[in-house]
Amino acid sequence: MSAMHDMSTPAPLPTTIIDPWWQRASRHPLVWPLVTLALILAVNASLNHGLWHLEWRNGHLYGSLVDIVNRAAPLAIVALGLTLVIATRGIDISVGAVVAISGAVAALMIGGDLKIVDGQAVHISHWPLGVALLAALVAAAACGAWNGLLVARAGLQPIIATLIMMLAGRGAAQLLTGGQIITIYYPPYFVIGNGFFLGVPVAALIALAVWLLMTLLLERSALGLFIQAIGINPRAARVAGVRSRTITICVYAFCGLCAGIAGLIVSSNVKSADGNNAGVLMELDAILAVTVGGTLLTGGRFTLAGTVIGALIIQTLTSTIYAIGVPPEINLVVKAVVVFVVMLLQSAEFRRQVRALAIRPAAGGPR
Amino acid sequence: MKPVRIPPVVASVLLLLAMVAFGSVMYTGFFSAQVFLNLLIDNAFLLVVAVGMTFVILTGGIDLSVGSVVALTTMVSAALVEHRHWPPGVVIPLVLAGGAVFGAFQGWLIERFRLQPFLVTLAGMFLARGLCYLISIDSISITEPTFTAIAQARVPLFGGAALSVGALIALATFALAVFVAHGTAFGRNVYAIGGSEHSAVLMGLPVARTIVGVYALSGACAALGGVLFTFYMLSGYGLHATGLELDAIAAVVIGGTLLAGGVGLVAGTLCGVLMLGLIQTLITFDGSLSAWWTKIVIGALLLAFCLLQRLTQRGEGEPAAA
Repeated sequence: MSAMHDMSTPAPLPTTIIDPWWQRASRHPLVWPLVTLALILAVNASLNHGLWHLEWRNGHLYGSLVDIVNRAAPLAIVALGLTLVIATRGIDISVGAVVAISGAVAALMIGGDLKIVDGQAVHISHWPLGVALLAALVAAAACGAWNGLLVARAGLQPIIATLIMMLAGRGAAQLLTGGQIITIYYPPYFVIGNGFFLGVPVAALIALAVWLLMTLLLERSALGLFIQAIGINPRAARVAGVRSRTITICVYAFCGLCAGIAGLIVSSNVKSADGNNAGVLMELDAILAVTVGGTLLTGGRFTLAGTVIGALIIQTLTSTIYAIGVPPEINLVVKAVVVFVVMLLQSAEFRRQVRALAIRPAAGGPR
Repeated sequence: MKPVRIPPVVASVLLLLAMVAFGSVMYTGFFSAQVFLNLLIDNAFLLVVAVGMTFVILTGGIDLSVGSVVALTTMVSAALVEHRHWPPGVVIPLVLAGGAVFGAFQGWLIERFRLQPFLVTLAGMFLARGLCYLISIDSISITEPTFTAIAQARVPLFGGAALSVGALIALATFALAVFVAHGTAFGRNVYAIGGSEHSAVLMGLPVARTIVGVYALSGACAALGGVLFTFYMLSGYGLHATGLELDAIAAVVIGGTLLAGGVGLVAGTLCGVLMLGLIQTLITFDGSLSAWWTKIVIGALLLAFCLLQRLTQRGEGEPAAA
């Protein structure tokens, strides 16, 4: 680190200079998301003095941080699925609608019946819980696979293919719920969104499991490499023997599946399914989480850990805004500004122009 | 593969006529002048917004911010007129200029820094919605006399049928847009950029200015759509016109404009808007289908037209990479 400063020998060739550690660190893809998260947490901590306070109560972990992680879980899961889609140079704006569909299917199959039998309230489930959950996830994955088919087989632009699903899927969710909010009275279902396992929120554990599973799958097999190859140059990837169409369809289906899991968590958390409002604007939050995490929107480079951090950033931002005490709707403005900044920072053109501005005065004005 | 030579616009017109014929045969009272004029009255704002969107899509871009710009316009108009008591003659030009500036800013970001249009306008969508809530979280209803007078005014046409002022403004905007697209240098530049931006640059066309102009136009159209929406609803609300951007895109695509840019007619967009309105009218007339079917049918129609576009494109040239 400091070896460079006390060298008395002539300056070595530029190629042999070892960058100081902070420069090397600043190039690590996860540094900026982590710094952002730390900054927002610091702001939050200065406003909310109980932020770091963790407590073990009734066998559960309680505290603001636990709350943030718990609330970030569905977003993180959706964003993880979306990361792969974006890595293949695609986009999926139908995730919000799929969240609603999955919740609606689960709610319909479990049923909203509260029956009084022998003077006692008995909670009835039409179908076994496992079947209902499976059906919801299958429906969600099918929506995703349909998107993938349109993109990979029919050659539609991803934004349009998923726009269709966003429109029709939202309509389908509203049709399923009849435009109403279906209340669920079946306690075992609530575990997904509200339960604790070993004192940790189940939703957070599910998100963790999805993340670890994806990391394992993508890093231990060539799949991650293939997805990157498709994102960097689809045609070259196909020529090189990557089965890009199959992989693209699978990636979209997986994104749908993730949205389905998130939909179960969301509907379980509020103990109801709302075809109109569940997952509205979630696609935007998810895209935001993915980009803030450092995944390039132009495809190719992606980072799952970054996406998880991105989801935490979004959730921390939201709870910070709550802590400041301004109306939560202001969130939208803040998020918009964040997207603009992140977009500009990711733009090579912007960096070039800024660099040109910074260098020009010093270098005497060569263009 | 044998090229399929149906221009999408023709397909749209045929489908529209088929739907009118279907409705007239199936439902009594469907085939009347007022039903069709109501299509224009109820979709005036959508027509204006979709016309602006047509230009953006013709350059190969997309504008997702239009719905929130409509909401922001209703909000700003309502707040200025009701709370500040500004005269409508000042407020309306002001919001129109505001929409144009908002659009131009997005266009500048897209052009200058080579950002993806859908991302920039997605952020713009957040921003405009958020700004609505900065003004007020609740709905502001408008009781100002000029606004209510315009909202209630009906221009009588033949046979007892009538049009609203909003519908007339929308039709005028449409006519102006047809002229701009096909009769001005700006319109030709738009088509040229959509055909091939690179070639347009090499030809020495003012690409940068045109792109910024197109987004400014879309923003101004969205603001005008917002003014019409204000007349229609007589209120300002941050939740107005959610999802309007999707309807506008759907109308443009169903009207036969290629999403890849360069091909399409403003007249097709009118056709697309009428078709969306007609679907809603048919579902209302039917009465047995729930309103949610509207979205599903629009989605299916959008899909059909996108697939048709792909077929015609494939007939003409190389299939694009997935």
